[in-house]
Amino acid sequence: MTTRTIMAGFGGQGLLFSGKVLAYAGLLEGKELSWLPSYGPEMRGGTCNCSVIISDEPVGSPIVTHPDILMVMNEPSLDKFEPAVAPGGFIFVDSSLVTRGVSRTDVQTVGIPATRMAREMGAVSLANMILLGAIVAKLGCVRTDTMPAALKHTISARKADLLDLNLKAVETGMRFIKGEQT
Amino acid sequence: MKGNEAIAEAAIRCGCRHYFGYPITPQTEIAAYMAKRMPKIGGTFLQAESEIAAINMVYGAACTGRRAMTSSSSPGISLKAEGISYLAGADLPALIVNVQRGGPGLGGIQPSQSDYFFATRGPGHGDFHVIVLAPASVQEMADLTRCAFELAEKYRMPAMLLADGTMGQMMEPVVLPEEAVDPDDVMKGKTWTTTGTGMKRPHNIVNSLYLKPDELEKTNLERFKRYERLAAEETRWEEYMMDDAEICVVSVGITARVSKNAIVECRRRGVKVGMIRPITLYPFPSAPIEAAAAKVRCFLTVELNMGQMSEDVALAEKCARPVRKCNRVGGMIPSADEVAAAIDRIAKEGR
Repeated sequence: MTTRTIMAGFGGQGLLFSGKVLAYAGLLEGKELSWLPSYGPEMRGGTCNCSVIISDEPVGSPIVTHPDILMVMNEPSLDKFEPAVAPGGFIFVDSSLVTRGVSRTDVQTVGIPATRMAREMGAVSLANMILLGAIVAKLGCVRTDTMPAALKHTISARKADLLDLNLKAVETGMRFIKGEQT
Repeated sequence: MKGNEAIAEAAIRCGCRHYFGYPITPQTEIAAYMAKRMPKIGGTFLQAESEIAAINMVYGAACTGRRAMTSSSSPGISLKAEGISYLAGADLPALIVNVQRGGPGLGGIQPSQSDYFFATRGPGHGDFHVIVLAPASVQEMADLTRCAFELAEKYRMPAMLLADGTMGQMMEPVVLPEEAVDPDDVMKGKTWTTTGTGMKRPHNIVNSLYLKPDELEKTNLERFKRYERLAAEETRWEEYMMDDAEICVVSVGITARVSKNAIVECRRRGVKVGMIRPITLYPFPSAPIEAAAAKVRCFLTVELNMGQMSEDVALAEKCARPVRKCNRVGGMIPSADEVAAAIDRIAKEGR
């Protein structure tokens, strides 16, 4: 089983970070993995993405051309990566930031108003974690109960005080999916 | 851990306490890591005023027998060329990390393998080589860093870790050696260092200037004897699905990873394809490639340059089989689909 994910949006939305949390969760579960950022003259406000592969077998290329999971937090990223998603794959959209719908019909789309939900939590910058929580709850690419430890490892010591809030955001995303399923 | 960080941590664990650098994308994480760690462990991190200054600081530190290194990316390595030649001329071991980006000139900042010729032919003036190692995973970034220091000391020559931007930027799980090398231990047995005579021995001189041509010739000849020994004893490569292969991919670094995916895909369709992945680029694994020429009908080099390594492949197999190319440049990377298509084209020709 191999899950290839691309997380894309604006720089500053925490896409590289949410990718790292996902990768670290894979590591904690003893899986093979790779994390590859887009790097370049990227900065807050520019476009940014990262590719995460979690697999039971050694990872070949760390470059993801056809993601099974696409998480997008802006419209340019949806435009760029929507055609690349593997048939039968999933697109998780922050529907408070991306207004247009997904046109592909051979993929499943999950719209989550993550930025609005994050703002309601009082932490607008944690929309990325809400989406990540939703991905994990929906697809089980890593176990939901690995997430606290993965977050703890990934969050820098300097920002340790934000751990609980991040965790809350992940749980909010998970609850959103559970609510959707019931 | 990021590939760049793995290099830095591996260097520290194998006793390197002297890092001199100048920032450049995509290898800056090495310097950043060293800046954080070196002061805490009694080492030296120094951001020099230029790449040229940094490589000459490495020269100075290397004279003492201590493990010293610098890192940069393509345009910065060009600047270091003079110093690398001096290191080679003075038979000093040192590590130079090159996390390549697109060129020529300032080029771009995306991954590349276009310094292949520059690295393997001897990056600087004069007759010399450096050991060139090409990692294809974060684990190898760490393992080959240690290997580079050890080989550099064993053969008294500089070593270059030739990675590409992707290897530097990606994160993968990595297992680092638990036991760290004592930085003082690496000094043991080195009789040539300039660390003070203690009035007990004649002076050691580290130098690359020989004004008498017969003496200079002798140093060159002796050095090339060492290169022969290096080639005979230290050439490394990995073979992948080569047992029954009819097509042989030759690729290093990120493109070897992409090629692996393409090979798995082509094998699923019944195409008999394998890969030889050189791990040392100097010395180049000519023997396994020549041996492969006896059983495959075609070679395919997959590179992030205009086909520099394909020339070494053709030389190695003495043009017995055609060498096709699948390459992208400027920071572009071929997708596994592109590589698979190139393999399929060769497979169809054979029918």
